[in-house]
Amino acid sequence: MNFDLNKKKLREVNNYLQNIDRKDNKRKFELSNPQGQHAICAGLKDEIDVTIKGHTGYYCAGMNQKANIVVHGNVGTGVAENMMSGKVIVKGNASQSAGATGNGGTLIIEGDASSRCGISMKGINILVKGSVGHMSAFMAQKGNLIVFGDADSDLGDSIYEAKIFVKGKVKSLGADCVEKKMDEKNINELNKIFKELNIPEEAKKFKRYGSARKLYHFKIDNLSSY
Amino acid sequence: MKKDLKEFRTFPSSVIREIHRAANEGIYKIRGLGAKRKVPDFDDLVFLGASMSRYPLEGYREKCNTSVILGDRFAKKPIKLDIPITIAGMSFGALGANAKEALGRGASAMGTSTTTGDGGMTKEERGSSKYLVYQLLPSRYGMNPDDLRKADAIEIVVGQGAKPGGGGMLLGQKINKRVAAMRALPEGIDQRSACRHPDWTGPDDLEIKIQELREITNWEKPIYVKVGAARPYYDTTLAVKAGADVVVLDGMQGGTAATQDVFIEHVGIPTLGALRESVDALKELNMHRKVQLIISGGIRSGADVAKALAMGADAVSIGSAAMMALNCNADLYREDYEKLGTEPGFCHHCHTGKCPVGVATQDPVLEKRLNPIDGGKRLKNYLSTLTLELQTLARANGKSDVRNLEPEDLAALTIEAAAMARVPLAGTDWIPGFKNN
Repeated sequence: MNFDLNKKKLREVNNYLQNIDRKDNKRKFELSNPQGQHAICAGLKDEIDVTIKGHTGYYCAGMNQKANIVVHGNVGTGVAENMMSGKVIVKGNASQSAGATGNGGTLIIEGDASSRCGISMKGINILVKGSVGHMSAFMAQKGNLIVFGDADSDLGDSIYEAKIFVKGKVKSLGADCVEKKMDEKNINELNKIFKELNIPEEAKKFKRYGSARKLYHFKIDNLSSY
Repeated sequence: MKKDLKEFRTFPSSVIREIHRAANEGIYKIRGLGAKRKVPDFDDLVFLGASMSRYPLEGYREKCNTSVILGDRFAKKPIKLDIPITIAGMSFGALGANAKEALGRGASAMGTSTTTGDGGMTKEERGSSKYLVYQLLPSRYGMNPDDLRKADAIEIVVGQGAKPGGGGMLLGQKINKRVAAMRALPEGIDQRSACRHPDWTGPDDLEIKIQELREITNWEKPIYVKVGAARPYYDTTLAVKAGADVVVLDGMQGGTAATQDVFIEHVGIPTLGALRESVDALKELNMHRKVQLIISGGIRSGADVAKALAMGADAVSIGSAAMMALNCNADLYREDYEKLGTEPGFCHHCHTGKCPVGVATQDPVLEKRLNPIDGGKRLKNYLSTLTLELQTLARANGKSDVRNLEPEDLAALTIEAAAMARVPLAGTDWIPGFKNN
C-alpha cells in the first residue's frame, strides 16, 4: 500500500499506520515524497514494514514499537528517538541525537551520524556504518553503539553501562569513558548481533569502550573530571 | 551580666558556620525542598474586599465556580478540573510509591490532577489518579509511548524553579531495585538527571518536539511546557510560539528532591514577579486564557491561590505543601529527625532517603509510616481547605468564578511587592517602576 505525502496529510498517514486493522493483511507500506517532514512514522506500534522513499525531518520513527522502517534518504534530528523495539534502517546519513534515549530495538545508519548519536540510550542497539560526531553515547545507560568508521571527540562522556564498539579511530574519550578489553565474551556478543542482522563484519576488528565507573558517586576526589 | 556582643552584618554566625563547614568538607551542600531565604511573596499582597463600588456574594450560599479547563488550544481532549489547584511533578524515586499513590488519591477525590516526575509512571500512581500529567524530562527515565498514551496530559519540563538550568541528581541511597529498573540504571548509584533535553535545543526545535508528541498521541493530550522562573516573559512567549497548550511556571520558592543549596537560594526569581511577567507575555500575545498558565513555587494557602488567580494565573500547582499534607515535617518520629541533625519544621533532608515520615524515601520500613489511603484523605482535606478559602475570598471580592479575580482586587504591603506584582502600594495609587505611572 502506498501513501504519497504530497497528496495525503502526515496526520492521516501516521494515524493509519498507528492503528493497523489486524483483520486486514496489509503489512507492507511505502511512503513517497516525505520532503523532510517531521515525525514521519512516529509512534508506530505494530509489526509492519514501512519504506520511506526520500529524506525525512526530525524524529522519524520516534518512539517506534515493533515496526520495521527503512528510510531511503537522510534523516533529521532524533531518528528513532526513545525507540522501544523494532528496526529502523537509514540508507543515508543521520543528523544529531540519532537513537537518543532508545530503550530497545535496532537502529542501523548506513552513512554517518552526527553529534550525540545514542545520547542517554537505554538499551537500544545502534549500528553506524560510517562515523559518529562528537559526544556520541553521552550519558549512555544501556545497549550497544557500534561504529564501523571513526568517532569524534568526547566519545562516551559520563557513560553508564552501555557498550561502545568502534572499528576506526576515536578522536578522544569523554569523562569516565575508557577502552576496555575486547574479550571472547564481547567478541561473541558482537558477532551475534552481526549475524542476526546479516552484516558481514568481524567483531575482533573492533575496540570496546565503556564506563570506568569512577563517577558513579559524586565525590570531591573526582571534581577534576567534571 | 549579659555580654555586649555584636554580630558581624557581613559574617553573621550562620555564614561563619557555613564557611567552617565548607573549609572542612570541600564541597557544597545538597538538600531538598525550596528556598529558605525571605523573598517578596503573596503574603505581601492583600485583597481589598467589597465596598460601595463592589458587591460581595453571600459567603455561605451563593455559588462560586472553581472549575478550570486546561489545554483547549490544540488538544482534542482538554482536561476539566474541579478546582484550580493541581499537584506538581514529583518523581517516583524522590518520593516512595505510597506517597505517589496518596497524591493521586487526594487529588482525584477533589477532581484535580497529579503529575508524574522524573523516573516514569508507576501503576499505583496511574491507578489512583483520575487525571495524570506525564512529564517528559531531559533524562527520559521511564519514558515510553504506552504510558504517554495512558496520560491525560503531557508536560515537557524545561526547568524548575528550585534550579532553572540545573538538572537534578537522585542520590544512590534512594535507588532501590525498582527505581533502578524503571530508569535502566544500576542500583545504588547517583543518577544524574540531565539539564537539557537530548534531542532538541531551543524553541524552534521544541515546536517540532511538540508536533511529534501530538502525532504519537493522536493530538488528544494537552501539552504543557514547564519552565523555571528565569526569564518568564520570554520563556512564556517562546512556549506559546512553540505550540504549548498550557505554560507551567515555577518560581524560585519551588521545591526539589535534591539540589545544591547555592542553586536553591541564588538562581531564579520569586514567584510573585515571575507570574506578573508571564501574564504580561500572554496578554501581549492576546493568548491570556487561551493558553492557560499554571503557577507554582511557594503556594501554601487559599489566599495564595486567590492572589495568584487575581494576578492572572488560571491554576496553581503545589508540591512542597502537598508533601506537608502527607506529614512532611510533622512532629512525629522526632528521634529520626534528630538522627538527621534536624527537627520537625526544619527538615529538608529529602536527598538522604531517610525521610522520618515515609514520604521522600524508598526505605521499606520508613515507607510504611505513610499509609496511602490516610495520606490521600489528608491531602483531600488540605485541598478542600484551600478551595474553601479561595471561594471565600472570591465571594468577598464579588466574584462568582474564582478566575474573575483581578489585579484591581489587590493592594501591596511593600514597595517590592508592588513593583513585582504591579499592583498599587496600599493606600496609594503608586506602582513602582510601572511605565504608566
